[in-house]
Amino acid sequence: MVTTVISESSNGSLHPVSAQIVGAAASLGEAITVVCPGGFGSSEAAQISGVAKVISVEGECFENYDCLAWSKALSPLVDGDLILSSSSAIGRELIASIAAAKGIPVVQDVTGLTSGFLATRSIFSGKAIEEVSISAPCAISLRANSFESAGSGGSAEITTIDVSQEVSVAVKQALAKASERLDVSEADIIISGGRGMGDPANFSHLNEIADLLGAAVGASRAAVDTWDDIPHSMQVGQTGKTVTPNLYIAVGISGAIQHLAGMRSSKFILAINKDPEAPIFGVADYGIVSTWEDALPSLKEHLTELLSN
Amino acid sequence: MGVAVLLKQVPDTTSKISISSGRVDESSVTKWSISPYDEYALENAIKLKEGGYGDVVAITCGPPRASKCLTEAAAVGADRLIHIVTDSSLDSIQIQSILSAAVKESECEIVMCGKQAADTNSGSTGPGLSSSLGYSFVGAATRVSMEGGAVSATRLGPSGPEEVEVRVPCVFTFDKGDSELRRPNVRGIMMAKKKQIDTLTPEDLGVDASISKVIIESHSSPPEKQPGQKFVGSESVPEVVNKLREEANVI
Repeated sequence: MVTTVISESSNGSLHPVSAQIVGAAASLGEAITVVCPGGFGSSEAAQISGVAKVISVEGECFENYDCLAWSKALSPLVDGDLILSSSSAIGRELIASIAAAKGIPVVQDVTGLTSGFLATRSIFSGKAIEEVSISAPCAISLRANSFESAGSGGSAEITTIDVSQEVSVAVKQALAKASERLDVSEADIIISGGRGMGDPANFSHLNEIADLLGAAVGASRAAVDTWDDIPHSMQVGQTGKTVTPNLYIAVGISGAIQHLAGMRSSKFILAINKDPEAPIFGVADYGIVSTWEDALPSLKEHLTELLSN
Repeated sequence: MGVAVLLKQVPDTTSKISISSGRVDESSVTKWSISPYDEYALENAIKLKEGGYGDVVAITCGPPRASKCLTEAAAVGADRLIHIVTDSSLDSIQIQSILSAAVKESECEIVMCGKQAADTNSGSTGPGLSSSLGYSFVGAATRVSMEGGAVSATRLGPSGPEEVEVRVPCVFTFDKGDSELRRPNVRGIMMAKKKQIDTLTPEDLGVDASISKVIIESHSSPPEKQPGQKFVGSESVPEVVNKLREEANVI
């Protein structure tokens, strides 16, 4: 079976999810080719164990993100029974565009994949789970942190291909710098605040704890809708992001059904809320009935202590 | 000229999703709504129309109940309504073939839809249509504007929000932005009820919707969580922090 992996990059280097996708591909068969859009991370991709071949696709069209141009440049080089990508925003767009160009079906954000192509994915942002069987050839995007990474130690041959593709999207200006913080969809630990935080300025307390833990900061829909300072990119839940970190800390979040859908699959959940009846306690592994004003300083102090040991 | 806006009807995000005989039980859904991100597409389509860019053609693909979302779109200003009546469970190729045929028929050069639907959470339709129609693509847009024929958009790019200029014809998918969604007024609602819906089948558009390459084997509920441990008062914080390390092993 021939599998092509479209690699994911971040700031010009290979993103760790790429090794996870190769890991998933390796569990299904051999002959794995990794295609690197823009050539980003191609030398790192060649060192992933199990990779037979790396195609570094380079050209001016990769200077800015233009889904159609990238898809047209990559499609002729992407082949096989199975095409895989990450289910990041760009990963999804690109694989959907490539699948349409090839006339093959695409299934997105898969969290489990076995041969014959039986795929597991969450629907309704986690309110239900779906199993689908997919006829090959097909394209599938995989959710980060759902598959074991392939190891290192490979030495695949890298072929560089220069492409020329007309672009139709031109970036005029950046409107704001991307947040320095980790995105909630990528983090192992997330600390989220709800409307119970009282004021967006109080999210600084969450930021401090996030810095201690290397965590991302999230928010409930109520917080995002109420305060302009809390951007939608932080929203966890249906109409926001579905997350599955190892630890999810919910502070001042009552636990509306849309929020629970997006975070209930987290491995461990710690909820801090002053209302003992808050629905969030129904999904929490650890619940602390307390105001955030009382709990967060203590949490910060004890985490600092623990982590310095 | 004109803007095609693609709307999907989904269970309202406040709905509980229950499973019966291995399938999502649609009969238990109490409220069906336009998928939230599609509402931002509709809002931006109507803004373009107000700026003088042609009519808004609202298109939906789904069972008979889905016509309601077209009527809702008409109530806030959609000019033409197209409903392609299908059974559920079509694969991405089928859905995109149907929608691209409908867009071609509408002769619209701008297509707008949500970045993903609130039921399947996939996000394949927008980029897939761009690819099959050969239209440019801008994803996760929050605003689209037009000045002297040039179309620009604000999108959430790989390194943060950015303003892009895009060549038309183009497909835009929408993220939730700062646009306020308009609500229909009484007159709009009354007019919308009388508005004609063009009802088509996939066959009318030359699409074979019979054989899907993606078969749903089962739906299930997420595993129930075991009841957790609850503590009262911030004095329990040290104990919980300790448990996060010793029991949960997550910090």
